[in-house]
Amino acid sequence: MRINWFKYSSPQTFFPLAGKLALGFGTLALFACAVGLYLGFFVAPTDAQQGESYRIIFIHVPAAWMSMFLYVVMAFWAGMGLAFNTRLSGMMASAIAPTGALFTFIALWTGSFWGKPTWGTWWVWDARLTSELILLFLYFGFMALQAAIDDPRRADKAGAVLALVGVVNVPIIYFSVKWWNTLHQGASVSLTKAPSMAATMLAGMLIMTFGFWFYSIAAVLLRARCIMLERERSSDWAAQYARGAT
Amino acid sequence: MNWGNLDNFLAMGGYGLYVWGSYAVTFALIVAELVLLALRKRNAVGRIR
Repeated sequence: MRINWFKYSSPQTFFPLAGKLALGFGTLALFACAVGLYLGFFVAPTDAQQGESYRIIFIHVPAAWMSMFLYVVMAFWAGMGLAFNTRLSGMMASAIAPTGALFTFIALWTGSFWGKPTWGTWWVWDARLTSELILLFLYFGFMALQAAIDDPRRADKAGAVLALVGVVNVPIIYFSVKWWNTLHQGASVSLTKAPSMAATMLAGMLIMTFGFWFYSIAAVLLRARCIMLERERSSDWAAQYARGAT
Repeated sequence: MNWGNLDNFLAMGGYGLYVWGSYAVTFALIVAELVLLALRKRNAVGRIR
């Protein structure tokens, strides 16, 4: 069977598909978070060094991973929009930014609430924390820049340049714990060595990561649908949808 | 992990403020995002009609 992928590159055909996908991924997210939190709170043992405070890990690490991953995906769509001038690419980049900012804030907030009992401070200006804060400002900068330009196509282009320049910050965040002396611990989970944590802790954390990932997909698609309706409000398909939505 | 009773669960071994402070804010922000998305959608549809 041949699938015409370009069929879904126009808002008109992508809009209903995005709705169905958002529902599916939203359901998966709910399920994954329920399982992940059950493992995290009722199966995973108490940490020998940190006691129960470590249970923040089940949202902190997935949120931090999503904050970086979403930025890369946002920069990818922004770059696609610049290179191929496709309508949907810019809409996807704009749709990702607020959810990316949300997870960046959650990573910073939960990190702060974890730092207080374990390090004795809510905040330090070390490399990992500072570069993650810069990521939050990059998301805010992207959104503010787009909001300041009235023509959506020009807003997409300006935002895309900012997103692509800012992507250099992502490896800086990731490797900051190696490159500099920081208060933040190194990676407990990496592709190159065995994870240094109990299996049930790791399972809970990975399942929560999938939960946040699926949630991000659902939220981004829902926002992309809003953006499609806003930008194409004078089109026939949007009018038809609005009549049906009554 | 067997907590025994609800008080132990809420106390989180003395780290209740930090653990629940993290989870409550995360949950509230996610709910807020979904509410804002629903409002934005309703607004967008309203402006077409």
